[in-house]
Amino acid sequence: MNFWRVYRIAFQTIVTKEILRFMRIWVQTILPPAITTTLYFVIFGKLIGERIGEMEGYSYIDFIVPGLILMAVIQNSYANVVSSFFSTKLQHYIEELLIAPVPNWVILSGYVVGGVTRGTLVGVVVTIISLFFTDLQINSYSITLLVFVLTSILFALAGFINAVYAQSFDDISIVPTFVLTPLTYLGGVFYSISLLPSFWQNVSLINPVLYMVNAFRFGILGVSDIDLVVALGIILVFIVLLTLFSLSLLSRGVGIKN
Amino acid sequence: MTALSINNLRKTYRNGFVALKGINMTVEAGDFYALLGPNGAGKSTVISVIASLITKSSGQVSIYGHDLDSERETAKRLIGLVPQEFNFNMWEPVEEILLNQAGYYGIPRKLAYERAETYLKQLNLWDKRQSQARWLSGGMKRRLMIARALVHQPQLLILDEPTAGVDIEIRRSMWKFLREINQQGTTIILTTHYLEEAESLCRNIAIIDHGQIIEQTSMAKLLSQLNTEIFVLNLDQPLEVVPHVPGYTVSLQDGRTLEIEVLREQSMNDLFSQLSQQGISVVSMRNKQNRLEQLFIDLVGRSSGSVSS
Repeated sequence: MNFWRVYRIAFQTIVTKEILRFMRIWVQTILPPAITTTLYFVIFGKLIGERIGEMEGYSYIDFIVPGLILMAVIQNSYANVVSSFFSTKLQHYIEELLIAPVPNWVILSGYVVGGVTRGTLVGVVVTIISLFFTDLQINSYSITLLVFVLTSILFALAGFINAVYAQSFDDISIVPTFVLTPLTYLGGVFYSISLLPSFWQNVSLINPVLYMVNAFRFGILGVSDIDLVVALGIILVFIVLLTLFSLSLLSRGVGIKN
Repeated sequence: MTALSINNLRKTYRNGFVALKGINMTVEAGDFYALLGPNGAGKSTVISVIASLITKSSGQVSIYGHDLDSERETAKRLIGLVPQEFNFNMWEPVEEILLNQAGYYGIPRKLAYERAETYLKQLNLWDKRQSQARWLSGGMKRRLMIARALVHQPQLLILDEPTAGVDIEIRRSMWKFLREINQQGTTIILTTHYLEEAESLCRNIAIIDHGQIIEQTSMAKLLSQLNTEIFVLNLDQPLEVVPHVPGYTVSLQDGRTLEIEVLREQSMNDLFSQLSQQGISVVSMRNKQNRLEQLFIDLVGRSSGSVSS
């Protein structure tokens, strides 16, 4: 028995199942972020943005485009894994995976790639919408893509951890509402932290989303409040920590096994 | 060859409840094995440990010689489970549920399609392959779980009350199907509350109560322990008084119904000849209780008595 072949097929099965799941309900998963972001572009970019003027040498709409794309990626990568894995637990079909010879790392990577795929799809849709409002010039394709994918992985992992601990539907909405949204909004999506008083600038540095938004903005515009190496380092450290923690939860069966 | 070997299996839940108190059990390859016990006895806990759905506290489980701890993935490949509760995605189409399960076992898509077709046809679900699982009837959902458990062709199939809530016609067709796959070499472990089902299908049996195995033997040996059987006789003509039949305990339920207790060593021919001599004509006869049911109640009753004492 070639175990690697088994793992590959199991991984493909989980990823395919995840993609089919969110595509089957595209009206709930793909359409809303497209509409929300269009509203952001119209209201903040065009109507209000034209009165704000330039930020960091760019028109306001050009400045917020990277943050808005990344915000959509963060929210959708997270939402996909948290809702899918929680449903898997709630309806007990996690047992289909637990009884099968699928290692925990294959389960985790399958769900994370499912989340990254939805994050990517929504990110692409939002990027296409942004082209109707602004001329998007990419400063560095490699950095843009790298930050895009790493951020998506990080928040897919975070969604997984939330789902493992969640015991009700309230539990899967509390974190996005009370933690994720404030962190994203205060993570420099709509402004440069250089506008803040120095105390709040320092407070902002605690927010991990700030590093991702700025690294992504650097990839697209070439400007950032944060050093790129520091930002990438922090993202990678978070990914490693969350991966290890997720694997430990799975091997201990937390929230899954008695 | 031994299909399943369990040694000193113990499970204590976090709340301190001791579900299994040192279970020892052996099931030979090719067997059709009944695991019976009252509600809360520990049957589902044993099955869940074997299927890796519950983490055991201590003890050893091996499947066809593969230890569940040290050779986990090899051991898991050999098991198929039909759980008590529905545990599939209700929103997924029937065929997709089977294809996904096959995928988790590393079965390539083309072969998975072939297997899904085979088992869905055998279990009369082929017409429903595109339907979402939530639209299936209770009996169809049970059959779907059997098809799903077989899609990777396990050598050991464990069924936890597979016919619960299923009408008699479907239940009998499921029995026929299970007998067939057992004859083809699949070892089957069955838990059920229908003792007639266990008696009809299984060759060996274990009875579990309060987390302990209280009896483990062949079905034939167990049934031979039965010293008396009570028969219900429907009579042609009504009787006014209880007839005296020497050697037998007789009671009259109503004018046309007699209950007669027959010892194992007594002859039915003798009974009927005595009744015939008294001019009593019997139209039909049946066992008052399923034989296994009678033994089961005795054994569990004794076990409860010893536990409480």
